[in-house]
Amino acid sequence: SDDTPEVLNRALSNLSSRWKNWWVRGILTLAMITFFFIIIYLGPMVLMTIVMCVQIKCFHEIITIGYNVYHSYDLPWFRTLSWYFLLCVNYFFYGETVTDYFFTLVQREEPLRILSKYHRFISFALYLTGFCMFVLSLVKKHYRLQFYMFGWTHVTLLIIVTQSHLIIHNLFEGMIWFIVPISCVICNDIMAYMFGFFFGRTPLIKLSPKKTWEGFIGGFFATVLFGLLLSYVMSGYRCFTCPVEFNNDTNSFTVDCEPSELFQLQEYNIPLVLQSVLGWKTVRMYPFQIHSIALSTFASLIGPFGGFFASGFKRAFKIKDFANTIPGHGGIMDRFDCQYLMATFVNVYIASFIRGPNPSKLIQQFLTLRPDQQLHIFNTLKAHLVDKGLL
Amino acid sequence: EVYLEERLGELDLRSDSDVPYVPPPTDSTPEILKRALSGLSARWKNWWIRGILTLAMISGFFLIIYLGSFMLMLLVLSIQVKCYHEIITIGYRVYHSYDLPWFRSLSWYFLLCVNYFFYGETVADYFATFVQRREQLQFLIRYHRFISFALYLIGFCMFVLSLVKKHYRLQFYMFAWTHVTLLITVTQSHLVIQNLFEGMIWFLVPISSVICNDITAYIFGFFFGRTPLIKLSPKKTWEGFIGGFFSTVVFGFIFSYFLAQHQYFVCPEEYNSETNRFVTECEPSELFQMKKYSLPPLLQAVLGWEAVNMYPFQMHSIALSTFASLIGPFGGFFASGFKRAFKIKDFADTIPGHGGIMDRFDCQYLMATFVHVYITSFIRGPNPSKLLKQLLVLQPEQQLNVYKALKSHLIEKGILQPSLRG
Repeated sequence: SDDTPEVLNRALSNLSSRWKNWWVRGILTLAMITFFFIIIYLGPMVLMTIVMCVQIKCFHEIITIGYNVYHSYDLPWFRTLSWYFLLCVNYFFYGETVTDYFFTLVQREEPLRILSKYHRFISFALYLTGFCMFVLSLVKKHYRLQFYMFGWTHVTLLIIVTQSHLIIHNLFEGMIWFIVPISCVICNDIMAYMFGFFFGRTPLIKLSPKKTWEGFIGGFFATVLFGLLLSYVMSGYRCFTCPVEFNNDTNSFTVDCEPSELFQLQEYNIPLVLQSVLGWKTVRMYPFQIHSIALSTFASLIGPFGGFFASGFKRAFKIKDFANTIPGHGGIMDRFDCQYLMATFVNVYIASFIRGPNPSKLIQQFLTLRPDQQLHIFNTLKAHLVDKGLL
Repeated sequence: EVYLEERLGELDLRSDSDVPYVPPPTDSTPEILKRALSGLSARWKNWWIRGILTLAMISGFFLIIYLGSFMLMLLVLSIQVKCYHEIITIGYRVYHSYDLPWFRSLSWYFLLCVNYFFYGETVADYFATFVQRREQLQFLIRYHRFISFALYLIGFCMFVLSLVKKHYRLQFYMFAWTHVTLLITVTQSHLVIQNLFEGMIWFLVPISSVICNDITAYIFGFFFGRTPLIKLSPKKTWEGFIGGFFSTVVFGFIFSYFLAQHQYFVCPEEYNSETNRFVTECEPSELFQMKKYSLPPLLQAVLGWEAVNMYPFQMHSIALSTFASLIGPFGGFFASGFKRAFKIKDFADTIPGHGGIMDRFDCQYLMATFVHVYITSFIRGPNPSKLLKQLLVLQPEQQLNVYKALKSHLIEKGILQPSLRG
């Protein structure tokens, strides 16, 4: 059904249907981007909450499609069980995150300390309860339906909850690792659409007939450029580049630190080819900008496969959009289909190329060892530091 | 809603009645057995076949244990591959998707990727010294996650490119089927290996408890069974369930007592880089040293003893056996429901009289996760050598901070004496 608000409808009633659609999409796009900026301004806590809400909405959208496909509204247990599993998996993931980042807070409060010590066991017990309820809820003549919904729920959880958890991890690494990837995907979406609109001729893939090679390649170059510029602007501000820390004294999040090497300007020699083109011998850049090229490249080349996957999914189940949440755009999932591979890529990229393990987590693990093991590690570390001349 | 009305009719899912019936597998009992048992009636013949195969499997199990942990790892890997194959084959038959040849390759490719990821992590942890010496392995370990993710992505993109008009839904179903199967079989087998490295006893006692529960519940049900337990499995009875529970707890208790005495079973697996072999030699932890426990007055009156010598591990074995008897069967009910849903009698016909490998392992798969979670929550802390390795990888500034934090902690606890130089 047409969800466009009455206000917009009246304002645009004069225009033809094609331009009207374009205007609706355009206005909503600007609204979403503005909203994005507002929540960035509001800080990490609000961002975490927003990510959580988006995750729940996406889960709801996909599960609703499953229900519609399988006509399984007559199995009321299933709604409850799906939401219960969502709760369990979120409890597990967010519990692990909270334990890592809010370590000192957790250690101080007694109930939290016990919950975090036996966290895995509690999560597993909660999941098992859901599993046993599922087995007990199996009804004759509906076995297959119920197994399908069980499988559907689990695959959806795997996709949605892991991604949102990884996004939060990236966020804690530094807001720039959250903003740049997401912006690159959005930029690629918009740029590919524009290049396709003006220059589009050769179709890209049968799955999405509107996509063209011209849009794809134009979008790629535009996104890389955009990524470079955005990273340049953001690397100058500490609030974006510093890891998010929880300050125990003020009980709030702080983003204050000595910027790492990644965010300090360095002189780079331009290769001879570009020297003749640009006329400069060297350029001052942040090392992070080099990484942003990798991120933008992934967003432009592999990110669209997430979109094709979602298109294939929609064709397979004969639906036009995931839902009608956003007028002109479809559901939340429609906006986020290219994002979900991005979050995993950024997380793997950071873990492989940028940072090592988290020191506070290591200290935490150290404190649970036996005294003789602790001494052994301490002495080895001491010898290593003396060796390196740091002690 | 208009679009939903136009769904493909081929997979109408309102009821189970239209599921294609998969004919029962042909009798694969070896000729020898058939001739030997030709005299007996059908019921006893079946019982004898099951009995002989059970003994054969148990003997095979003992043989592999004797051969050591490396053989056990290989066995676990083979079982995993076979279970995966069985479940995927069922998926193909249900969806008649033999005409999508890409899909076979993609399913096996995904299995390879996920195994590469999990076993790569294990190898990095346990074979640390072996790995440090070889350059190529160093590179693979350092960028392991990235390489695994890249491999997975290739499979994902191949899937998207292989989508064929008119077969979209089928392909998505198979994609999801593959992933759920991977989630179940590969994670479990990986956790089984982790438990194995903790000490063979953590591998043997849980698996034996599940097998024992299976057998004793069957026997109790055979002789005393009267009240049905659950509609899903009409052969199960409450008498069998409760009798099996008590027998399994007693069995676990006694079995742990015997195993806890030998270093071979009790010690964590270590890889000795000099001899290039696994060694199981260590100072047995407190869990495996006899302690005196005072019996509660109730049991004192019954048994007549005041105190008893036990291994602390035996207390843990009660927890493991309880799980095996009470929750393990739910894995079996899940598998029964699955078989009924897809109208198959057995997962496959690999083992005569028993069905497929998956039929034997359906109760096991929750057990492996439970044991792993139990160990990480109640038994051991993190692995010290892994921790050290991670510490040495940190930035020098971070290392200094960690050093200072550790030092103050150790001094506070009195483990380290504060020196004058600080």
